Order: sequence, then C-alpha cells, then structure tokens
Amino acid sequence: MNTLNKTLTCTVAALTFATALYASETDVLVINEEITIPTSAPAPEGSPLDKVISGWSFRKHETQALQMDDFDNPSFIFVDKASDQWTKVEGTEGKSCASCHEDVEAFKGLRTVLPRWNEAKSELYSMENYINDCRTERMGAEPWKWSKGKMTAMTALISLQSRGLPMSVKTDGPVEPAMKLGKELYYTRVGQLDMACSNCHEDNYGVMIRADHLSQGQINGFPTYRLKNSKLNSTHARFKGCMKNIRAKPFGQGSAEFKALELYVASRGNGLSVESPAVRN
Amino acid sequence: MRRISFAALSTVLISTSAFAAEVAPGDVSFDENGGVSASITSVAGDPVAGKAAFINRKQGNCLACHINDDASGQSFHGEVGPSLNGAASRWEEAQLRGIIVNSKLTFEGTIMPSFYRATNGARTMEKFAGKTILTAQQVEDVLAYLKTLKEE
Ligand code: HEC
Ligand code: HEC
Repeated sequence: MNTLNKTLTCTVAALTFATALYASETDVLVINEEITIPTSAPAPEGSPLDKVISGWSFRKHETQALQMDDFDNPSFIFVDKASDQWTKVEGTEGKSCASCHEDVEAFKGLRTVLPRWNEAKSELYSMENYINDCRTERMGAEPWKWSKGKMTAMTALISLQSRGLPMSVKTDGPVEPAMKLGKELYYTRVGQLDMACSNCHEDNYGVMIRADHLSQGQINGFPTYRLKNSKLNSTHARFKGCMKNIRAKPFGQGSAEFKALELYVASRGNGLSVESPAVRN
Repeated sequence: MRRISFAALSTVLISTSAFAAEVAPGDVSFDENGGVSASITSVAGDPVAGKAAFINRKQGNCLACHINDDASGQSFHGEVGPSLNGAASRWEEAQLRGIIVNSKLTFEGTIMPSFYRATNGARTMEKFAGKTILTAQQVEDVLAYLKTLKEE
C-alpha cells in the first residue's frame, strides 16, 4: 500500500475509532509509577523499518494499563509460582535452580542476548534450551515442555530481570545460517491464505486487520500474558498462532525453524527495551 | 439405515452434477489484466448469499481488510485494503471476478488472498490442502454482492 493510501486510511481510522481508544506512539510506558521504559528505538542497521516500536504501543489503553502496574499485570501470578519453583528441589541430584544460581537477579541481561550460539552444544540456544539442560543434566529432573506453564513462568521470571534493558542479540558468526533461515521464513508466504510475516508486521503495522491493530510483531515483551487465553504465552506459541491464522502448518515448538525465526525477529527489534512479561489481548 | 444411505447418495449425486458445471480452479482463464470475463458456474450469483460469505470469518472474511459501509451492522472493518464503498462503480464485472479468484494477477504481490486458486501456499494445513478458500458458487455470489456496491 502506498504512502498516500496509508495516510488516507490513517485519517479514516482516526475518524472511525475514537482517537482515545487506540494508543499512539506518544504514550509513555511507566511501570509501578517509577520505571520508564522506552517503547521505540532507532531501527538497527540494515532494518527495513524506520524505527522499531513495541507491541505495547498498539494496544488499547485498557490493555496497556494492565502492564503499567505489577499488581494489575496477571503475569505476576505466574512469576510468583516460578519464584517458588526456583528453590524447589527436583530430580535425582537433589538440586533446585537456587543450588547453582543462588539469586535469579544474576540473570540480569540474559534475556537481551537470547537466542544465541551455544558453543559447547554447537546449536542455537533459546532460554528454554538452557533451562531444560539444567533440569536434565544438572538436576536429573524431567525436561519441561517448551510452551507449557512451568516453562513460560520460569522464562518470565528470568526475563523480568532484564526489564528495561535494550535487546541486543548477536547476528554474526556461527548464528549466520540461522539468521539466514529466519529471514527466509519471515518473508516466505505460507498457508492457504498465502501470507508472510512481513505482509502483516512490516507492510501493514499500524493498520487495523478486522478487530486487531497490527503491530511490528516484536518479541521484546515475551513471554506475554494474553487476555485471550488467560496465561503466559511463549514466543514460539505466538508464531504458531500466527501461522495457524493463515492456515499454515506451524513448525514445532523449539524446532530449529522457530528458533531461527526467534533469533531473526529478535534481531529486528535490537535496541527495543525488554518488557517481559508484557500484557496483550 | 437404508434411508440414511439413500439420502447420502442423493446428496453426492446433486453435488457432483453441480460440480460438473463449474470451472475447476486450474482451468479459469484470465485476460491480460487479470480479469475473468466468464462466470465460473452455471448458476447465477446470489447477492444475499454473497454478502453472508463476504462477512463470514471462515469464508471471505473480506471485512478483515476492507471497510464496507453496506455491512455497517458488523463491527470491526479492517483497513489493510481500500474501502469497498462504490467498488462496482470503479471496476468492471470481469475485473472484480478476477480480483476475487486470484487478486495477484490484478495486484502484483498483494497481501490479499487468492480465493479460488489451484495451488495454495507452502505448508497449508492438511484440513485445507488442495481446497480453495471459497467455492466456485461462493465466488459468483460474492461477485453478485460486490456488484451492488455502487457509488450513491
Ligand atoms: C494475517 C496477518 C498476520 C500474519 C501473516 C502474521 N501475523 Fe503475527 N500477529 C498478527 C496479529 C493480528 C497480531 C496481534 C496484534 C499485533 O501485535 O500485531 C500478531 C501478533 C504477533 C506477535 C506478538 C507481538 C506482541 O507485541 O505481542 C508476534 C511476535 C508475531 N505476531 C509474529 C509473527 C510472525 C513471526 C509471523 C510469521 C510466521 C506472523 N506474526 C505472521 C497478524 C499476523
Ligand atoms: C488480508 C487482506 C485482504 C483480504 C482478506 C481481502 N482483501 Fe481485497 N484487497 C486487499 C488489498 C491490500 C487490496 C489493494 C490491492 C493492493 O494494493 O494490494 C485489495 C483490493 C481489493 C479490491 C479492489 C478495490 C479497489 O477499489 O481498488 C476489491 C474489489 C477487493 N479487494 C475485494 C475483496 C473481497 C471481495 C474479499 C473477500 C472475498 C477481499 N477483498 C479480501 C486486501 C485484502
């Protein structure tokens, strides 16, 4: 859609939907009345976007408000559960997370660099991979399912330690093939509706698609609590949802494809502040 | 038991005969502008059924992307595509049919799905594999409905 059209439809939007209902880029995200989180940033080098904008900026004010106070943010019920889990001994080795890591605050900054290359495993690693390695190799416990409750709660607790820090995944070196695959997946049309991620999140962000205000599809708020299903949702579960909406067979949770896509999408949002755990509709 | 299978059999017969008069997705012929001049069924399009398919989220779901004041009773009109108010005053019937059947031949690289095309995108879910989004009759019905969208 050309710029003129876009300007026109924006004007229509302003008239059709009361301007107050939908947020704008001028809205400021302040959490607990003390932490100000920038919701946009200059686009990283090589980006097709002018600037990168958080999904928060595209939500209705009532949804935005839920993320502005940790007491109102339903994610924190799950973060609390993860805090209990943190010290819970499980598995054959008689250990909990705290046995090796002591305080979860030590993970400050980790969320901003994941996914990244794991040299020892010669594989691209998401946070879920690291958590499950600890469970199986160090605790002698069962691995958690990629997008199930205990896993998303733990990723929320760990990601929270990086809240407000800018995303900065590494895009060169051994992750280059994954970056290439992720980019290809991002721009390849799939499904009966024959669309690519870029059709919605690059070409049409800021525009209404039926009842949804399209965002740039950034992942700086993940895992996110969704009002739609009343739980925390992993990045891969969101990718799955978008693929199913276009009637495409999703890749597996934790698959090489979704990890590559996660890395590529994360790189498109480098510079954007971590908001995990965010709230979305 | 016997009655049920008889009923089932007659349904099959009816749908087969209706199918015989339809142009298969791979056989639709387009002009150089992506238009389709001939009807793809032998039954005239029904604008009322067309409006229903236009609105239905599992069928046309055209409102996902288009504003259409004629369907103002429906909430949430998307704005990914242009407004369809007065579409029939801007476009000939053949072009409108072509846009519904396979919009990519009218608008290169468009996000708009192709509603009656032989091949789907890669990784189409099994449930939808080999199927068109709209049936041939629904294409003609939606077209009949679009033709009612005239400039005041
Ligand atoms: C048909 C349009 C469409 C396509 C194609 C699509 N999405 Fe989405 N996506 C949406 C909608 C609608 C939402 C919810 C509103 C929003 O945040 O944009 C969404 C949300 C998201 C979010 C959550 C953003 C946030 O801040 O909460 C991510 C991440 C995302 N999409 C990634 C993807 C990826 C990756 C692909 C390709 C595999 C994709 N999407 C394909 C429509 C689409
Ligand atoms: C996912 C988005 C999407 C959906 C769903 C969609 N369209 Fe479109 N449509 C577009 C876009 C975008 C254009 C403009 C062409 C372009 O620039 O790509 C368009 C153009 C058109 C036009 C030409 C309008 C004009 O005045 O220029 C017609 C007619 C049309 N669409 C009808 C339909 C019908 C009927 C349906 C449902 C059966 C439908 N569309 C579903 C996105 C969509």
